[in-house]
Amino acid sequence: MMAFWQGILGIAWTPVWALVKIIAIIAPLMIGVAYLTYAERKVIGYMQVRIGPNRVGFKGLLQPIADGLKLLMKEIVVPSGASKGLFVLAPMLMIAPALAAWAVVPFSPRMVLANIDAGLLYILAMTSMGVYGVIIAGWASNSKYAFLGAMRSAAQIVSYEIAMGFALVGVLMAAHSLNLVDIVQAQRGGVFHWYWLPLLPLFVVYFISGVAETNRAPFDVAEGESEIVAGFHVEYSGMAFAVFFLAEYANMILVAMLASLLFLGGWEPLFPIAPLTWVPGFVWLLGKVAFMLLLFLWARATFPRYRYDQIMRLGWKVFIPVTLVWIVAVGLVLQTPYRYLVH
Amino acid sequence: MDFETFVFYSFGAILVASGLRVVTARNPVHAALALVLAFFTAAGLWILLEAEFLAITLVLVYVGAVMVLFLFVVMMLDLNLTKLREGFWSYLPVAVAVAAIMGFEMVTVLYGRSFGSQAVAEPAGYSNTKALGSLLYTQYLYPFEVAAVILLVAIVAAIALTMRHRKDTKYQNPASQVAVRRQDRVRMVKMKATPRAAALESKE
Repeated sequence: MMAFWQGILGIAWTPVWALVKIIAIIAPLMIGVAYLTYAERKVIGYMQVRIGPNRVGFKGLLQPIADGLKLLMKEIVVPSGASKGLFVLAPMLMIAPALAAWAVVPFSPRMVLANIDAGLLYILAMTSMGVYGVIIAGWASNSKYAFLGAMRSAAQIVSYEIAMGFALVGVLMAAHSLNLVDIVQAQRGGVFHWYWLPLLPLFVVYFISGVAETNRAPFDVAEGESEIVAGFHVEYSGMAFAVFFLAEYANMILVAMLASLLFLGGWEPLFPIAPLTWVPGFVWLLGKVAFMLLLFLWARATFPRYRYDQIMRLGWKVFIPVTLVWIVAVGLVLQTPYRYLVH
Repeated sequence: MDFETFVFYSFGAILVASGLRVVTARNPVHAALALVLAFFTAAGLWILLEAEFLAITLVLVYVGAVMVLFLFVVMMLDLNLTKLREGFWSYLPVAVAVAAIMGFEMVTVLYGRSFGSQAVAEPAGYSNTKALGSLLYTQYLYPFEVAAVILLVAIVAAIALTMRHRKDTKYQNPASQVAVRRQDRVRMVKMKATPRAAALESKE
C-alpha cells in the first residue's frame, strides 16, 4: 500500500507523507479543542448545579459545531486606528506555535512526527513564542483594555516560563535525556516509577505554571472581565477571536499532554500486570490527558481569580526557589547510591 | 540547485530583508518585530548547519524572553519619532566606521579558507548538543563558571541599582497573613442575657 503510493508520487512522496501525518495530528486536535469547550461547559455546569448546553443535538453534543459556524459567519471588525497588518497577524502568531509544538509530541513509542533529541527544548522554545500573539494583539488593537491585558499577560508568561523551564530541568536530569520518547521509557514499571513521585514538587510547579502560561483561571488576569473587559482580545470578533480561542485550548491540551508524558508515565499502564497491559498505550495516554484537563476545568470552577501582585509573588518568590532547591536535591541524590530513587 | 541550497538562500533573503527592516522601519515596534523575525530565521539557518542546540537556545532566550522584554519597553515608551531622527548626520561617521569593521570581520570569516582554516563535515551520528555540553563542562569549565558568576553579579547589580525602598508604601506581608489565627481577629465576648420584659421597657 505504502510502496504503491511511493511509486506513484516519486519525489513528492516525502512532503506528501509528512503532510498526511501532520493532518492526522491536527485534525483530531481541533476536534479535541471543540469538545474540550463542550466538556468545560458541562463540567462547570455540573459543579454549579446547572445543566450546561443541552439544546443543539443529543445532550447538546453539536453545540461546539454550532458555535464554530456562528463565529465563521461573523464579521471581523478592525478598529479605527488599529495597526491593520499586525492586527490580522496576531491570531496567527498565537496559533502557529501552539500547533508547531505538537511536532515532537509522541503518542506511543513509534507514533511521533519528529523524534528529535532536543524535543523538550524545542517545545519550550515553541511555547515561549506564543506570547507574541498576545502582545501584538494588545498593541495593534489601539485600545487601553487590550493593551493592559497584553502587558499583564506578557509579564505573567515570562515569569512562569522560568519556573516551568526549571521543572523540566529536573525531569531531564532524572531521565538523562531531552527526547520525549526516552523520558517516557525511563519511567517504565508502574505508577511508583513515574516521575510524579520523586519529582512531586516539580510536577506541582509545572502544572500550576502551565495553568498560568495558558492564561487560564485562576491566573486569567490577562482577560479579567471584571476589570479590563476581555483583555488582549477585546477588539477581536468572528474567526479572528475564534483563532485565539483555539490556540488557548490547544495550549491547554499540550500542557496536559506534556504533564502526562513527563510526570505520569505517558503510555505506560498503571501497573505492568496482565489485565492492565492489555489496554493499548494510547488509551492510557488519553486517559491521563483527560484527567489533567479535568484539573484545569476543576480549578476554573473552584478558585477565585488571583490578584496581579499575588501572581507575581507566587511565580518569583515561591515557585522558582522551590524548583531550584529540588533540582539541587535531585542532583545530590544522583551522586549517591540512592540514585535508583529518581532513576 | 538542491533543496538545502534553496532553503539556505530563501532563509538568507528573509534574514537580510528583516535585518534591513530593523534599521529602516519608522515605528520602533515594527523594528523590534523585524528583529524577532531576523532571530528566528537565523535559528533556521543554524539548524541547517546542524547546530540545533544553539538554534533552539536562540529562539528560547532571544525570541522567547529578551525580545519580549524589548517589545514590552518599546510599547510603553511614548516615542517622538522626529526627535529620534535628529543627529543622523553627526552619528554617520562613527556608524560607518563600525560597519566597516564588521564588514571586514565578516569577510575574514566567510573567506576563511584562503587564510588556511578548513570546515570539516561531521560524521553521521554526530550530536551537536552532546559535543557542546562535553566541551563546556570539561575543557572550558573554568571560563564557563567565570562567565556564569559575572552574569550573576550583573543580575544582582541591576536589581541593586534600580531597587528603591519607599517608607510610605503600603504592602502586605503574606507570611503574617497566612499565619493569622482566629484569636487575632475575632474576640468572643460573654454577655449576660437581657430579660425580655426589661428589654422591651428600655425600648419605649
